[in-house]
Amino acid sequence: MGFMNLFKTFLGNHWGIHPADHKRPASEQPVRRLPLPPRLHLMLSQHVGAPARPVVLVGQKVLKGELIAAAQGNISAPLHAPTSGRITAISEITAPHASGLPAMAITLDPDGEECWVDVERPTNPYALAPDEIAARVAAAGVVGLGGATFPSSVKLNLGRRSHIDTLIINGSECEPYLSCDDRLMRDRAVQIVSGIRLMLISTGARVAKVGIEDNKPEAIAAMREAAEGYGEVVVVVVPARYPMGSDRQLIVELTGREVPSDARAADVGVIVHNVGTAYAVHEAICLGRPLISRLITLNGNGVTMPGNYEVPLGTLVSDLIAFTGGVQGEVAKLVMGGPMMGSILPQTRVPVVKGTSGVLLLDAREAAAFEPEACIRCGSCIKACPMGLLPLEMSAHIRNDDLDGAVDLGLADCIACGCCAYVCPSHIPLVQYFYHAKGDLSARQRNQLRSESTRKLANARQERLDRESREKAEAAARRKAERAAQQAAAMEASSKSGELA
Amino acid sequence: MNTGALTAQPIASPHAHGGNSVTRTMLRVQMALVPATLYGFWLFGWPAFFLWLLTILSCLGFEALALKMMGVTRIKATLFDGSALLTGWLLAMTLPPWAPWWVAVVGGFIAIVIGKQVFGGVGQNVFNPAMVARVALLVSFPVPLTQWVYPLPLTSLAAPDFIDGLRIFLTSLPQPDAMASASLLGYTKTELSRGIDLLHSLAGDHAPVLSWIGARSGSFGESASLLILGGGLYLIGVGIISWHTPAAVLAGLAIPAAIGHSVDPTHYLSVSAHLLSGAAMLGAFFIATDYVTSPNTVSGQIVFGLGIGLMTWVIRTYGGYPEGMAFAVLLMNALTPVIDRFIKPRVLGRDRKGKPLDIPETKEA
Repeated sequence: MGFMNLFKTFLGNHWGIHPADHKRPASEQPVRRLPLPPRLHLMLSQHVGAPARPVVLVGQKVLKGELIAAAQGNISAPLHAPTSGRITAISEITAPHASGLPAMAITLDPDGEECWVDVERPTNPYALAPDEIAARVAAAGVVGLGGATFPSSVKLNLGRRSHIDTLIINGSECEPYLSCDDRLMRDRAVQIVSGIRLMLISTGARVAKVGIEDNKPEAIAAMREAAEGYGEVVVVVVPARYPMGSDRQLIVELTGREVPSDARAADVGVIVHNVGTAYAVHEAICLGRPLISRLITLNGNGVTMPGNYEVPLGTLVSDLIAFTGGVQGEVAKLVMGGPMMGSILPQTRVPVVKGTSGVLLLDAREAAAFEPEACIRCGSCIKACPMGLLPLEMSAHIRNDDLDGAVDLGLADCIACGCCAYVCPSHIPLVQYFYHAKGDLSARQRNQLRSESTRKLANARQERLDRESREKAEAAARRKAERAAQQAAAMEASSKSGELA
Repeated sequence: MNTGALTAQPIASPHAHGGNSVTRTMLRVQMALVPATLYGFWLFGWPAFFLWLLTILSCLGFEALALKMMGVTRIKATLFDGSALLTGWLLAMTLPPWAPWWVAVVGGFIAIVIGKQVFGGVGQNVFNPAMVARVALLVSFPVPLTQWVYPLPLTSLAAPDFIDGLRIFLTSLPQPDAMASASLLGYTKTELSRGIDLLHSLAGDHAPVLSWIGARSGSFGESASLLILGGGLYLIGVGIISWHTPAAVLAGLAIPAAIGHSVDPTHYLSVSAHLLSGAAMLGAFFIATDYVTSPNTVSGQIVFGLGIGLMTWVIRTYGGYPEGMAFAVLLMNALTPVIDRFIKPRVLGRDRKGKPLDIPETKEA
């Protein structure tokens, strides 16, 4: 194995990139709590799955932590009031998305009293049944806080059903600029370890491996200290390399297992959760507190006071920026998330959601925009691709309208990490190509499904019509035969009676 | 598919860039060529300098003309990305240093117009433009392309001064015999064809010497093997090229040479003669590593490099021409799409054939 690894390195096994991380000085600032903004907007859809269904009425008073929208369907998550106050609207507002399109949200005007709803705290949370833990996590609206926002309870239940043996806790935070996970691990390591233990119970995994990149020595030390005495929680230092925090890459790094491209992590006995999720699980189970706020990194040259902030969900980005001293200089790009995978925001009047790990105000130098040039086939993108794809070939196929060719080259395996576009000397927006093609691909698949079902319906109708006409014909034939038989019988009877007469 | 969205200002991530650019890459390759080029100027004097300058200028001129005729809007940016300049520079490195002016002009035309723009410009050409020009010139004008001069360092008395150099360059006067000299590969090929084996021919008085520091006849790219090697190592060091292709080319050349020489030293040149002669070093580090015309993957590059090395040895040993690097490169360029088709990186979660890996049997909890 060691020899094979050496051989691979020899052949150039250098996936990923090493971008300048820009994490300091923001990561060195202690966490600051944002004061209550004048108004909160809670998006009904801030998780993967069906949007939450409002269970409050406009004008209703709610307490902090009270359920305001319930989960809908199997994959969904409820929403809770981040503070006490009055519901003032349930309407559309601009979603935190590059499109700038509106989506439904509940608007809450805080009353400033921060009055908590009654919460239930179990006497011994670690004695709860596995499915009880998952149920409470679901009720608290916990979703994957690394950015995926997949409902956490679904993953916990899936883990128990598919007999996973290892729980992977993602503390790698490989995105440049972001340090909210780093900060959380430094400051709240005990609570994270508590959350990890609860997740171990819930999933039935034997061991939890916490992967932390080697550029966060303070976080590693804090987590090691907190995990002391819990042999099932192992802190593993992984090399700082983007995208180490992508689940497939982290699973290979920590367990040596490779997730088949059409399978899920649970299929190889692993489930991945973020450290922020572990903290939220601890809060939900031990303190009975639903997910109503999160740590957000505010960073970039346009920020006056870069650092990590504890922000109530639903806070407008504009409020966050105003509270932290406003904008400094000229901002070229406003990004929600990290610079590698985050999305640009068309404006600042959009609310913070559960998946918001950071808000970046990048100046022109940081977010340099270039004119794309022709591909010189240098192969940098191939070396950088963590999935082993051929980005230059895929983009050439997409540019020539050959979606099938791109799919054959593995378009569906692309994780949109952005390594290829980051290293491209021709500044080709490769990820934009892949998003575009994936959009076309899913539209085509939807169309295929639709025409398939239409065809099925049409076939069924034709079959029914055929059957009906066949049955009609048969019935008619039967009646005819019966009539003929009757006539024949009548004739016979009359002739018999004639004979008799 | 509506491809209009692809040309719009990108909104997709990433919002950061590593800072590499085409111009920077080309600049670094040019920097790697500087020592060998300056040394070549010193060895072969003013005519060599004029040839180098005109080859580059003609490449830039034909590039500008082709871009204008094709209606490209960003002529300036494309012209100065350094690719045409580099093509001209590499071509000049492979020409006889005292070749006349029209060789530079015709070479520039063939390299840029026929070798590159006809295929669609930068990144689209199938064959290495400099090698296309080199081969076309060699086949079309064999005499000026095979007349080598013995090095006359600029400081020596016999060296032509600026005016003489210009005269030699512009008039293409036949060179005085005293200055003419054969390259090692050409000399041994001629002698072998006359029935004189290597042991005798190389021991003769007129035998060209083999020199690491380049005091022998040949092109710029040939004489200063050590400086070319240094430039190549610099490129590997800064990550512009990987070591796989050059190593494969040199191995592909050295292995058959070693076998041949050990079996029959009278007919097969030694490994050092092969590695230090002709365009071996230049080809391995600067020509075979051309991004556009070499395979994508590391494994593919190794196959490609071995092919070039082996083919070069075969042509040098059995072919009609003394040097085969340019032909070998072109032949392997033609095979590049095939290599790329069959050698692809393994996608994570898939096997070599592109099928998803098997899901392991569910383990007992």
